Amino acid sequence: MSSRIPLPYAPRVLELFQNPQNLGRMEDATVYAAAGSPACGDMIAFYLKLDEPNAIIIKSSFESYGCASNIAAASQLTIMIENKSLEEAWKITWSDVSEALGGLPSVKTHCGSLAVGALRRAIRTYYKEKELKLPNWLPEELSKDEKHALEEEALAEKLAKKYKLLEKRD
Amino acid sequence: MSNIEGLLKQHGTPEKEVYLDWENGSVVDKEVYAEMRPFYLERTFGNPAITHHMGWETLDFYMKAKTKIAKPLNIDPQALALTHSFSESNNLAIKGIAKLNKKRKKIIVSEAEHLSVIHTAKSMFSDQYKVEIIPVSNDGTMNLDILQERIDNDTLLVSLQAINHEIGTIQPVKEALEIVKDKDDSILFHTDATSAFGRIPLDYGKVEVDLATINSNRILGPKGVAGLYIKDGIKIKSIYEGQLSLEILSPDVENPALLAGFAKAVEIQFNRFDEIKNHTQNLRDKLLYGLQTSIERTEINGPLGERRAPDNVNISYLGCEGEALTVECSMNGIYVSSGSACTSRILMPSHILTAIGRKPEEAHGSLLMKINRLNTEEQIEYVLERMPKIIKRIRSITGGIEL
Repeated sequence: MSSRIPLPYAPRVLELFQNPQNLGRMEDATVYAAAGSPACGDMIAFYLKLDEPNAIIIKSSFESYGCASNIAAASQLTIMIENKSLEEAWKITWSDVSEALGGLPSVKTHCGSLAVGALRRAIRTYYKEKELKLPNWLPEELSKDEKHALEEEALAEKLAKKYKLLEKRD
Repeated sequence: MSNIEGLLKQHGTPEKEVYLDWENGSVVDKEVYAEMRPFYLERTFGNPAITHHMGWETLDFYMKAKTKIAKPLNIDPQALALTHSFSESNNLAIKGIAKLNKKRKKIIVSEAEHLSVIHTAKSMFSDQYKVEIIPVSNDGTMNLDILQERIDNDTLLVSLQAINHEIGTIQPVKEALEIVKDKDDSILFHTDATSAFGRIPLDYGKVEVDLATINSNRILGPKGVAGLYIKDGIKIKSIYEGQLSLEILSPDVENPALLAGFAKAVEIQFNRFDEIKNHTQNLRDKLLYGLQTSIERTEINGPLGERRAPDNVNISYLGCEGEALTVECSMNGIYVSSGSACTSRILMPSHILTAIGRKPEEAHGSLLMKINRLNTEEQIEYVLERMPKIIKRIRSITGGIEL
């Protein structure tokens, strides 16, 4: 096996892994977004059902192709944004998620970041799809967590390219 | 309560536990422990390099114990150096040879070697060594044609494992050795037999490798002791300094208890060689093919049939992320490991699964299970009963995400 690192998950991570809240595809979602890539072994899909006139999240759900902390981070975030306005949801950071989980091991902070990245992407997608004017709190420039998701996806592309080289060799 | 205590409490102790993570840590056999105990508590703890009765007593024991370990390898006991781990043995084999070498500047290893070989070889870059990594086929076998092309009169050492630790490929060591020695008899050949010792016959009196790494813990001996066979006449130097001691290549205060355990483990493993091989191989096949037939979208990693190690089960479960799988297995009392990026320090999938051409999502979904002589048929049946449910749950979390 490759070089390993101990992963002392907080009990909350294991609890949400065992019983993930708000798991699964939402058929009647107002908006959907995904972040990450299978090449990195890390992907989150986020679904939001909105009370549109008031920009309130009625419910949200997720799907995760990822490790236990990835699953827990996504699930934790869906709990944190329930009945929150889009503005309040936007302001949740990965460190809020990590804290709510009792702390993620440092090598896993990106899991929290990816969940937040997926949510923010969903919020941005909502305004774009509905062709609504961007509210003041939503910056035109990508936030750190959205950039993180992009970075992972770029890395995945690199891996995929490397893999194709291997295919040619054979 | 610390986080880890809380984690263990949240996890709970499963009703039934099946340990299959023998690659990453083993228990000591009861008979082995019984053999070791007096060396800690009673006699033969003296330093074999000192001139008194207790020292000579240990020295006498050392010679006898080494003879026991050397016998199944068909080597001279004097040619066996003791080290503290197989990683140290692999480091010693490469760095210890390089230290005394002045002329040759190329080291060749296979792409599927253990990281203690690959990283050690690459660390020699700083000493102006060239390192050639020989690719492997899609079942993990070193490409001998490429080896043939790459060896030359500048090659110092070739290292090829006897069995791949992760996907169980039995490597063509004899053929590779012939290719190397036909080209240039002075090129040294090292084989890392960590996963092979006690699993397949190894006769270094016949297959005359120059250096071979063997290990105690993989055959239920204690951790903290391993060996490096060094053929008579090979010049090698210690890679760290210490006091004058019996083991000049691993200078330290000798630990006779560990050697006693190692020797006993070897004795048991080889006295029961055929029985253990048949037992593990039967359980391996039951598990390997049982999982493959009861679960959809799986890929077996490594070769099938005679060229697969008798104890290796490595399968990729598509649509599952491996770290989540190991945790879910753990909840069910099944302890295994994964080649997923999420379990590694560098967040990259296993270099071996990448080397055999697995796509990242195949590598991420891999689980390694090893069968030990202590595993029972009933345990394997339990694993076969649980695994479809485990896979189903993890796939339900992945849901409709398209990979």
